[in-house]
Parts: sequence; C-alpha cells; structure tokens
Amino acid sequence: MSDLITVQNLTLKFRTDEGLITAVDDVSFRVRKGEVMGLVGESGSGKSVTAKALMHLNAKNAVYTPESKIILHTDAGEIDVLALRKAAEMKVVRGGAISMIFQEPMASFAPAISIGKQMIEQLMLHSDMSKAQARKHSIEMLDRVGISDPDKRVDQFAFELSGGMRQRAMIAMALSTKPKLLIADEPTTALDVTIQAQVIDLMKDLVKEFDMGIIFITHDLGVVAQTADYVSVMYLGRLIEKGPVREVIRDPRHPYTQGLIDALPKLDELDKPLTPIPGDIPSPLERPPGCVFNTRCSKIVGPQCTSLLPPDIKVSPTHRVACHIYKEEGQA
Amino acid sequence: MKDTGKNDDILISARGLSVGFQIGKGMFDKRVLKAVDKVDVDIEAGSFFGLVGESGSGKTTLGRAFLKAVPITEGGATYNDGEVELDLATLDGAELKDYRKRAQLIFQDPYAALSPRMTVRDIIAEPLEVMGLTKSRAETDERVREIAAKCRLNLEHLRRFPHAFSGGQRQRISIARALVSGPKFVVADESVAALDVSIQADVLNLLKELQRDLGITFMFISHDLSVVAHTCDHVAVMYLGRLVESAPTMELFKAPRHPYTKALFSAIPSLDPDDDKSAQKLEGEIPSPTNQPSGCKFHTRCPFVVDRCKTEEPKLERADGSGHEVSCHRWKELMESHAL
Repeated sequence: MSDLITVQNLTLKFRTDEGLITAVDDVSFRVRKGEVMGLVGESGSGKSVTAKALMHLNAKNAVYTPESKIILHTDAGEIDVLALRKAAEMKVVRGGAISMIFQEPMASFAPAISIGKQMIEQLMLHSDMSKAQARKHSIEMLDRVGISDPDKRVDQFAFELSGGMRQRAMIAMALSTKPKLLIADEPTTALDVTIQAQVIDLMKDLVKEFDMGIIFITHDLGVVAQTADYVSVMYLGRLIEKGPVREVIRDPRHPYTQGLIDALPKLDELDKPLTPIPGDIPSPLERPPGCVFNTRCSKIVGPQCTSLLPPDIKVSPTHRVACHIYKEEGQA
Repeated sequence: MKDTGKNDDILISARGLSVGFQIGKGMFDKRVLKAVDKVDVDIEAGSFFGLVGESGSGKTTLGRAFLKAVPITEGGATYNDGEVELDLATLDGAELKDYRKRAQLIFQDPYAALSPRMTVRDIIAEPLEVMGLTKSRAETDERVREIAAKCRLNLEHLRRFPHAFSGGQRQRISIARALVSGPKFVVADESVAALDVSIQADVLNLLKELQRDLGITFMFISHDLSVVAHTCDHVAVMYLGRLVESAPTMELFKAPRHPYTKALFSAIPSLDPDDDKSAQKLEGEIPSPTNQPSGCKFHTRCPFVVDRCKTEEPKLERADGSGHEVSCHRWKELMESHAL
C-alpha cells in the first residue's frame, strides 16, 4: 500500500496572552491508502488540532516549527501542506484531497440551506460538474450511505433529519468529491449505540469501495478496535504509542494506554472494580518536564521520567512506544 | 407483575405513570406527545437503579417526573423514605418544598451546570441558603466543607471559580451541590457522559462510595450500557416511552429477554478487534414519538416480529429470573428456541 499522507515532527504552538502553548509536540505518523488510522486520546491531548493541521485549518495564532512537515502524496506529486499560503492553493487539499466530518452534524450543516444545495455547491467548487450532474451525483451519494428516498431528502434541511441520518448525509457530502483522505473527528460520539454500529459498518464499507484512507479520531477504544487498522495514542500533545490495532489493544505497552483500557467498563468483567487513572490531565500551560505522563504514571522507573523525554522504542517491528520502561531490544 | 402492597424497602414506586406534552396548536388540535407511557417501576431504597435507552426513549422525562420537574399526566408515583410518604402526582405547596430537599438532580454537563461568576463555596452553599436549611453562615460553611470533603474536593479550592477546574473536578462540585441538602434520592442524568474515560471511572467510583456511605438511592440515567453494568444494582430498559425490560444487573446482562435489550448489547463496540457481532445489528432508527407504531412499539425494528406484535401491546410480565420483568409477546418462545 502506498503512502497517502506523511506527518513528520509536527510541532504546533498557539500564541496566546499567556505565552506560547504547545498543543502538538513532535508527532510523526503516516496513513496509507485503504487504511483506517485511529487517533485516540482524551480531551486536551491534541488529537483534533493534529487533524486540523493536516488541512491547515488551525486558527491564525498557530505557529508551526520549521521541522514540521506534512506531505500529501497525490497523483500529481507531493504537496507540502504547511507551505501552502493562499486560499486558492489550499482548495486542492481542503475538500479536494482531504474531507472532514465532525462530531455534531447539526452544527456542520448550514441550518437555512437545504442539504442538497450544500452538497451541490461544494461539488461545483471542486469538480467541473454542471448543476444537474452535481444534483444527480448528490442523490446517488445519499442513496449510497443508506438514506431512504434520497430524491426527496436532498431538498430537506438538516433539522428535518434525525441524528443518524444527518451523520450519514455528512458522510455522503464529505465523500462526494472523492477525497483521498477522510478525517472523521468523533463521528459517532453523538449517536446512539445502535446507530453508531450502523455508521461504523458504513464507514468500513466505504473505505474498501473508495480505496481511501481514514483518520478516525475518537476517545472510545471500543470504536477504535472495531474500525481501525492502526492506532496512535496521544497524550498532552505527544504521540506516546502507535502500532497495529490488535497489538496495541491486546498488548498495550505504555502505562497510559494500559490505564485507558483498565478504566474502560467491560461487559465480561462486571465484578472487577473500575480503575481510574489518578489525577487529571495537566493544563497545557503546565506541561511537566520529561515524560508528559509522569504526573499520573504509576510505573515511574527513575529520575529520567521527570527529566528526560522518553525515546521512541520499537517493542515489535510495527509497534512503537515512548516510555522509559523499555529498552530498544524488548523489555528491560 | 409485582404486588402493589406496601413495601418498606421501596423508595419510589410508579404505577401506570405517563407524561404527555401537548403539541397541538389550538382548541381543536389536542395532539399529545407521550414521552413516558404507562410505566410501572419500583426503586428499592439504597439501590443504584439504572435506566437505559436511546435518545427519545423517555428516560430523562421519567427521571424528571420523579423529581416533579415535569407534571405527571396519568397514573402516579409514591415516595416513601420512612420519614414521610408523598404522592408525587398531587404534591404541591409545603410538601413539594420538603420534597425538594429529599430529591436532587446531578446534570450531564459540568461545564454548563456551574455559574462562572460564583465561587465553588457559593455554588455548593446556594441550595442550603435557598431552602433555608442552615441558621448561620458558620453552619453553612461547615456543611459545605463536610460535603466537599466527602466528594474529594480540596478545601482550598472552595475559594476559586469553576473555570479553574477540569471536567472531573467540576463534576465533583456538581455532585457536592446536589448532595448538600442531604437528599435521599438523587437522579444522575448522563452524569459521566461528558467526561473522559480515565476520569469517568473516578466519578463512578465516587458515586458508588456516596451511595454506600450516605445511604442515598441513585437513579442513574445513561445511554452507555457498559457504564450502567458496572455501577447499577438493577437496570430498566426504555424504548419509546415504555419500559421493555427490568432486571437485576447481572441477570439482565447474562440473560436479556427482550429483543431490543439484546440488540442494544450487541451494538456496544467490543474491545476485541476480531469480535464481529454484525449478525445482531438493528436496522433503522427509533420512530418519532409523535407518530408511534401500534402494538408493540419495537415491532418496526424487531427481527422476531409476528402479526400479533403489530396489533396487541405486550404487558410487562414476570420473566424467568427473580425480579426480572419483560414486555414481549414472544420472550418465552425465543428463550426456549435460543433465538436470543
């Protein structure tokens, strides 16, 4: 499988009244064609900011370090996303090569414009379809994502659809321009479990059908286990563990990932008490020195945890973890 | 059906409880949306009672009806904590005021529930002052400190404003505020839904601890079945305003008898990437409460539907396990054929 997008040493800070706040710190990953990458972390971990950086969508006070590189591989060659300056250049990326769907579909659709009009508008912007073609294509896409009576629904407004249907319409709209990469930011969090299961199935089918890559951002490890091929776990702006979904979920190596899995209520172990990770995620203004997780970690191995950034250790050919517990050849 | 005789262990008992909202717009248009439809339920004193269902199932409305935050339009409910016995359907005046001390609510979103202009101390003290439960400022302060300590809040934090706190700490402040008047019955409506997993576990453990230490009866409303499974003693499942199944937690999760409960369970994403449960997935969505199906309300999505389900509404009846009730025409048949 060929690479779709490569992120190298992405560091992103926000300029604020209280000084520079580090939101993303030296993050590297890649997504390949036909692959779903799950990006996991709690609020404040920097997962959404990372995703927005891929489309250069962060606010004006965002500062990228010179080492940060985001390379999008297209048929026409490589695009350095962070080097793009003008809105016209970014059009190739935003809505063209990359589409994004958000958590709350009601907030993503314009309330006073019909679903169809919004779909047609973006199709005409990003392709050379005529209005009639764009409308036909929109109806086809609505049908594809499982919306009944698509030729009627296309003229309806977002408030006339139920939550699950709105999210389907959002997916249809995001995919109608045939993006290479879809970024889904908590797409199922606002949905009921039965609808969530339907949307997950739909997204899995679409990856295969359109041969695209998906970055699936979520805090729900169960959803990741059911959708992703690869998982990256973020904490306080750092990528602390990444690898194939089976390895990371069955054999988590970082104490944070282990803690996340232990904190999750599981149906097959009802008698086991829940073990929370002690404490709260620190404010980005008070990033701890050394390993960012050291304030909540129960497996501190020595002074290096609070003074040195942990190196990226290969615990298997495909599984990497940033923690002082491990040495390069397997466990210490 | 359970016997309707008096039982000292039951804190809240509802019989045929319905809540309707008028949605018709005139004298002749008297359409009513039935958010809760003829619910019979008993909540045992000192228990952690879970209520689950999708959005639109009426779980929040039922919780509010028990708190007298929405009017009960049909049927009734009684509250009996050993000190007083109240009829919730007709409660008003001084009795209602008294009930407010005994029944409280913890909200979903700790970011929206706390006033940004009040200190944590004032937020927690407000119910005491409004209800006139304390005689002096010193007494108020003492009560606030006592409950704050129980909710594992740092006493130094009482002088600060809510913006300085993280989601988990804010939810602990909301809990302290709800508990400061010494309620016997607390409705926790999606109280951990807005929290991160690592913090969610901490708040759940705190609620369990408070239930044990203070003898509070919790009604825990949630859409997250795994959370409910871990915290509650008894779980009731709602669908379109009706109670479809109710059982002790272990019993319900081991042997669900209603097809809807079963489908809800199988929709929970498993942590095992190779666990494919697609066979049990539900088609379609919950119908609109303004246009409810006839007969069994679940028949439009039920994989085991027969003609009888479309016309005749099933009643909540005793199932095989103790304290297990189910509202389905075919539960016995489905159980015997191992279809569920």
